[in-house]
Amino acid sequence: MRLNIKNITKSKGFSSFTSALLAIGLGLIFGFIVMIVASPENSLSGFQMLLLGGLSRLGDVFYYATPIIMTGLAVGFAFKMGLFNIGASGQYTMGMYFALYVGFMWKPPEGAHWILCILAGLAGGMIWGFIPGFFKALLNVNEVITSIMFNYIGMYLVDMLISGNATMYVSTKARTAYLPASAQIPSLGIQNTSANISFIIAIIIAIILFIILQKTIFGYELKATGYNKHASIYAGMNGKRNIILTMVIAGGLAGLGGAFYILAPTTIPGSSMTYEPINVIAANGFNGIAVALLGSSNPIGIIFSGIFISYIQRGGTLASLFGYKPEIIDIVIAVIIYFSAFAMLMSLAIARFFKNRKVKHIDTEDIAPGSGDPVEESNEITPESDDPATESQVATTESDMPVEETGREEA
Amino acid sequence: MDTFYYLIQNTLPVAIPLLLVALGGMFSERSGVINIALEGIMLFGAYFGCLFVYFIQGSGIDAQLILILAMLVAAVSGFLYSLLLSFAAINMKSDQTISGTALNMLIPAVILLFSKMYFNSDGVTTNVSFYLNKIPGLSEIPVLGKLFFQNTYITVYIGILLYIISTILLYKTKFGLRLRACGEHPHAADSVGINVHKMRYAGVSISGILGGIGGFFYAVGVMDGNTNGHTGVAGFGFLALAVMIFGQWRPGKILLAALFFAFLRTLAYSIALIPFLHNLGINNTFYKMLPYIVTMIVLAFTSKHSRAPKAEGIPYDPGAR
Repeated sequence: MRLNIKNITKSKGFSSFTSALLAIGLGLIFGFIVMIVASPENSLSGFQMLLLGGLSRLGDVFYYATPIIMTGLAVGFAFKMGLFNIGASGQYTMGMYFALYVGFMWKPPEGAHWILCILAGLAGGMIWGFIPGFFKALLNVNEVITSIMFNYIGMYLVDMLISGNATMYVSTKARTAYLPASAQIPSLGIQNTSANISFIIAIIIAIILFIILQKTIFGYELKATGYNKHASIYAGMNGKRNIILTMVIAGGLAGLGGAFYILAPTTIPGSSMTYEPINVIAANGFNGIAVALLGSSNPIGIIFSGIFISYIQRGGTLASLFGYKPEIIDIVIAVIIYFSAFAMLMSLAIARFFKNRKVKHIDTEDIAPGSGDPVEESNEITPESDDPATESQVATTESDMPVEETGREEA
Repeated sequence: MDTFYYLIQNTLPVAIPLLLVALGGMFSERSGVINIALEGIMLFGAYFGCLFVYFIQGSGIDAQLILILAMLVAAVSGFLYSLLLSFAAINMKSDQTISGTALNMLIPAVILLFSKMYFNSDGVTTNVSFYLNKIPGLSEIPVLGKLFFQNTYITVYIGILLYIISTILLYKTKFGLRLRACGEHPHAADSVGINVHKMRYAGVSISGILGGIGGFFYAVGVMDGNTNGHTGVAGFGFLALAVMIFGQWRPGKILLAALFFAFLRTLAYSIALIPFLHNLGINNTFYKMLPYIVTMIVLAFTSKHSRAPKAEGIPYDPGAR
């Protein structure tokens, strides 16, 4: 039993979990400091609201978690391949537009309408994901720049198309109209929230992605390319095709996020979520980066980190009761991203510190700073290395160094 | 002809921020650190520059002097903010793109939070006019006087001065040579006794200074002395990165690229003044998309033979092979 605990603490899943916790902790502390600076007298009650406020709005937590789980998956999935999909925002916006278009302009049979809308969102995101993939694979343009440019292009395009469409846009309210009821995703039945079954769909998609990554050849190739591009090409994997395919899938995921967000019913009967075309980049795409990092790009981890981010967002909104603006939570999220970029290194240092104190004889390999050693990396590519279930199994065979990460290879 | 003069006069104040920020990105990347945080650094500089103007505007100091002082404030703020990136990227060996993204996300939220709580607005609004109608003497020169010395901002001349200094610094000094070595082959640089960490800190810090100044010049030349957290600097930091790539990490080409993009943007916002384009009846938003679309087209053609610094984006690890 004691051996088991040791194996768990040594596993990769555990160290990403502790580093995520570390990043969250530092983010929250920083948020608290900002609150003290902004308004000292309310800081304690405001912070308490930020931490616990989400509990009173659980339905909303699920509703707002859905789109960021999807954008988180979009970012995390591309991360596995070594691509930084900062364009989730544009893909999300395109998915939203496609879903809205089908929702307003098509008149299919009642039951199929909302499903078609979701599929349209998928298609919209895929198109916007294809572009950076294409530019990266065939034209050697860095996907970060392409994605950022297409965030802006997508946002302007969607705003232009929406405000030019009389059916979709109510110019007196400067927002989109309410969707027909048949286009809205069925509600989960929780009182007074927009929570709908898309939350469950998102979880199912995350599980499917997990299986793709762990159990299919494509998933294996994808991770191998992420670890070492040159080695994977040498091994005969089609790098270009995989880049485009990964970006198309990632785009589709973000597009679904946009569709899930906008196709939701609201608490007022007959109304639905609306979109305001005011030339602002969708924040949910960027929150997806935080979600993906906290979940260490693991689809299952992303479900939980998405729910967590959504939870503190609700708390942050409620903190406005004490005079704080909801932006406080954007600050916390940004700080979490900042720290999670090197939290792995910090948690390793902490783990090493404790290990050195407890274990008497120290394996020299253990304390060697885990550099980009090729042998170590090739060990990493074994398909089960990410699987928490088989992790302990791997660890019991020992001899392989306790997954000494060099920061984050997936990134 | 008047339209042409108008376009050029309006292009320059837009081109200067792009130029300075792209130069900043160049310094950072040639030392080996990808600085995607330029957008955030610009906004940070712009905000503190404007905040300084806001607090000093009632004191009766000459407008141009205020501008120069605020520029220094912006430079210092940009420098301080860039230290966060240096620390993450150089000391903690984090993923540089992710750290940069975090810094980009942080600053609009901070500005919105504090502005909403203290100014009850989304940013800072100042009322000093930095506009220069005519430069006495120089504006009388035929053609050139009208192009470069009328209806402009002092930022244009400061920007050009900084451009010249940057070029000399990069190409004609020992420091510049060492900086470039760290971006191409840090191990070789280390082996001859150059402190790679220090040089990279220097590279990112220069980009912070130029980014902060560029941000404030954006606020002056494009936003009329205002900054707000919602629109921020409207993707100028990212455009500057594209300018830098288009300019192949070289000051000469960066200047041309910055002028090109600034001209496109000015054109996009002056459609109403050009009868030919106005009569086409194309939606205004389309022209706003234009700089981004052109960026992509340009990058598609130039990136095949990209001359990016070899070691950019890779944390320096003395033990790596």
